Amino acid sequence: MKRALFCFLAVIVVVGFTVGDGCAWAQAQQTPQQAWQQIAIPKLPAFHPAQPKRIELPNGMVVFLQEDHELPTIDGTARIRGGEQSVPANKTGLMDVYGEVWRTGGTKTQTGDQLDDYLEQRAAKVETGGGGDATTISWSCLKEDFDDVFRVFEDVLKNPEFRAEKIEIAQKGMYDGISRRNDEASQIAGREAAKLVYGANNPYARVAEYATVAAITRQDLIEWHARYVHPNNIILGVVGDFDAAKMEARLRLAFGAWPRGEAAGRPEIKPEPAKPGYYQVDKTDVNQSNIQMVALGITRRNPDYFAISVLNEAFGGGFSSRMFGDIRTSKGLAYAVGGGVGAGWDHDGMLRLMVSTKSKTTIESIAALDEEIDDLDKHPINDEEIKRAKDSILNSFVFRFDSPEKVLQEKMAYEFYGYPLDFLENFQKGIEAVTREDVAKVAAKYLHREKMAVLVVGNVAEFDKPLSSLGSVTKLDIAIPAPPPGLMPEQGEHP
Amino acid sequence: MKFRIRLIQTTVVCFVLFALALGQQVASFEKRTTVKKLANGLTIIICERPEAPVFSFFTHVDAGSVQDPMGKTGLAHMFEHMAFKGTDTIGTRDYAGEKVALAKVEEAYAAYLAERDKPVDRDEQKLKQLEQDWKDAIAAADKFSAPYTNEFGKIVEGEGGEGMNAFTDYDETGYHYSFPVNRLELWAYLESERFLHPVMRQFYKERNVVIEERRMRTDSNPTGRLVEQFTEEAFVAHPYHRPTIGWISDLNSFSATDAQHFFDKYYVPANMVVTVVGDVRAAEAMPVVEKYFSRIPARPKPDTATTTEPPQNSERTVVLHEQSQPFYIEGYHRPDYRSADDQVYDAITDLMSNGRTSRLYRALVRDKQIASDAEGFTGYPGNKYPQLFTFYALPIPGHKPQEIGEAIHAEIERLKKEDISDEELKMIKTRAKANLIRSLGSNEGLAFALGLNQARYDDWRELFRSVDRIEKVTKADIRRVANLTFVPENRTVGMIEFVGGPPPGAGAGTQGGGQ
Repeated sequence: MKRALFCFLAVIVVVGFTVGDGCAWAQAQQTPQQAWQQIAIPKLPAFHPAQPKRIELPNGMVVFLQEDHELPTIDGTARIRGGEQSVPANKTGLMDVYGEVWRTGGTKTQTGDQLDDYLEQRAAKVETGGGGDATTISWSCLKEDFDDVFRVFEDVLKNPEFRAEKIEIAQKGMYDGISRRNDEASQIAGREAAKLVYGANNPYARVAEYATVAAITRQDLIEWHARYVHPNNIILGVVGDFDAAKMEARLRLAFGAWPRGEAAGRPEIKPEPAKPGYYQVDKTDVNQSNIQMVALGITRRNPDYFAISVLNEAFGGGFSSRMFGDIRTSKGLAYAVGGGVGAGWDHDGMLRLMVSTKSKTTIESIAALDEEIDDLDKHPINDEEIKRAKDSILNSFVFRFDSPEKVLQEKMAYEFYGYPLDFLENFQKGIEAVTREDVAKVAAKYLHREKMAVLVVGNVAEFDKPLSSLGSVTKLDIAIPAPPPGLMPEQGEHP
Repeated sequence: MKFRIRLIQTTVVCFVLFALALGQQVASFEKRTTVKKLANGLTIIICERPEAPVFSFFTHVDAGSVQDPMGKTGLAHMFEHMAFKGTDTIGTRDYAGEKVALAKVEEAYAAYLAERDKPVDRDEQKLKQLEQDWKDAIAAADKFSAPYTNEFGKIVEGEGGEGMNAFTDYDETGYHYSFPVNRLELWAYLESERFLHPVMRQFYKERNVVIEERRMRTDSNPTGRLVEQFTEEAFVAHPYHRPTIGWISDLNSFSATDAQHFFDKYYVPANMVVTVVGDVRAAEAMPVVEKYFSRIPARPKPDTATTTEPPQNSERTVVLHEQSQPFYIEGYHRPDYRSADDQVYDAITDLMSNGRTSRLYRALVRDKQIASDAEGFTGYPGNKYPQLFTFYALPIPGHKPQEIGEAIHAEIERLKKEDISDEELKMIKTRAKANLIRSLGSNEGLAFALGLNQARYDDWRELFRSVDRIEKVTKADIRRVANLTFVPENRTVGMIEFVGGPPPGAGAGTQGGGQ
């Protein structure tokens, strides 16, 4: 929400999101050289972005230091192993509450409100957050304020108090989010699609309910912090206008003597995909259907990752892709269209093809998606499409490391998930090696209509044909389970 | 409490250092930034930022949906989509043939429209035939472009373009992406060509795409529906009352000829500022950029006079009864961005909305616990013309929008009756400087900020001066402006009230379907 809410109404953008051409790919003949092709493209100057310095403290804490002297700021982020995926189901939402109250609840000596005043006077931030497999704590300040702000960071990291009144505010915010979660069709579609892929109660897809949030106690937050926040579970990245040697000394002073604790460990999670078929959510206050065809994707460790990256680019990845060209440009069926085989870091991502279209072209658009998939077999991604997809990835490669902060983020992700630190260089080589046959092979291996769940969130009465004309339909129950008695103030004031 | 004791002392030190840091930035930008106004009136800014071998650009066109002709709302945005359709050499098999075919589409569409919009005696049989003729003409024209669908975008993406996109708002239209730096000349060719020889091909299919965009952002989104009605209610005379995306009947009526006319009138070089930021040297890059953009012929600057919104002298309210959760918004008229009080409104925005120290967060979220989010901000729907200062909040379950309104008004009254504290004023000023410094570290962000300030004030340095002006804001200014602006007769309120289903969390489905 926030201001973005209004920006999205005031500011209208031509491309819906970054995620397809049916005619061009097949018939575009070699054209005579066009004017733009006569413009010389000099060799890109050699570029060796500064690499962060990696330090491992004796207690197992890993630190990356990335100097960047452009602006007088210093920012740091610590990523701590363990997140919502390790939370018991009856406390779902714990990481949202923890991620907020870790900071708002203050420290042993300072309330959260006092920290707010102290930091905002310096236009500085110390913020915390909860995620699926990690929690984070970060700071951001002007370099002159580093000592002041870092002390707060250290205090919040080690001595949080989780004051009860802030837990209540966080819970109320969660209740509000739960009450609003069926208001927008795209939000319903995103949530329900994930449940179809991983299973409704699976940690990769489940959502917080009134009861699970109400069950969260201060003791849960304290215990989580005591269980997970140990130096050997932490990767800290610092970027900005500092001297690396001095920063290293400062960080060793702060964290060197911090004793190790129990390692976080990784939960065993098995996706339980719903059976392929058609799934429907009826929403009577919309005139557009959100359609998502989904299945399990892959991880980046999968040897098919490179060929899939090229396939995604050519099939559903942007202005040049087949889905965009056919379904949006040539047929005028949608503004938002695209998708591909998603690749996760440590677990299979989601294969997702999506299109949003007016109610009365719902079935027509599902047929158009089907046709795109079938066409991959009849007209495999051709040499021209392969070349453009690879060019697109390789020529824009420099944007993956065009700022010291991006380089730092990449390295931290590799460290966190145990990837080789030269993963990005290998990615480039991997893409260069992809052939037309490789792409045809992965298209045949991963894109099967009969293995996908097709979800439609829309105004069922307005559809061009019933969804059941395509196959048997499961109606999804998205009703929000009632809160425990006495939890919510004055119910039922509405007609 | 150890932090508290040092608070004031440190803040003073902070101030000096900030000023120093900012001063260094201003000097650095003076050295790195070159502006050139071409003979055709187009302004080029080049800002050297040699951090990585890439550059970003931002093309600012000083025409937005405010310039949409009556009965043709959505046209500025429609043209923006058409700017991705290629040129007479990009995206066609044979432009001479295509040009003839596209002219036939327009003839057929005009004939169809004339029959469709007849107030009386419409001939349904004839209408059907005319519609078919129009569709046949489209199919004939598409044969020239179909093999080259989205050629413009394919070139940009294949050459490594990143983040290719554009936006239209009430005040302006913007185009942007980033390239590896060895594509500077290719970019200068493509970007100038796009505004030298645009072709209105595949117009009517793209119009359907835009209508889908309207369905997504407005028709099928409860907050979108509310904000459209709210904005329409707040402005009665000025074009700010019309949606940028356009009313559905206009979208179903305007033509490719209309879009071409819009382009001819408003996309004149004197209305355009092109900003390049990245690993380029002005001495080498400027001649290249100038070579391509000076090809665009000079044309007279369009008349952009609009109706001035008359003073509002009665409170207005719109209430939407929806099957979605409550929402509250209210807006007060304020003058345009050239107002001497512009930075006072910025200061009020920061005070009321910025983070957990903000007054609305502390009152509505932390203390009263009636909202999950509450903010007030200036600059809606735009800032080129007299606009609104807007407050909104999301009531948490069990609290009504009216209660939110009262809580916001209590905070406004405080602003009108009591001076803000010294700490608050310092915080506002410190944050303005820090936010500016933080905004200087990206090519995309800089291209946008420099270009916008050049377009608005004819000088990119305003980006830095705005902070000097906020430095001069006093407590008395804030009280004076609050008393002037936040009065009930100057207020428009918009609310979503929940109906049509059980209350939040009552157990049954919260949507019409879903069982």
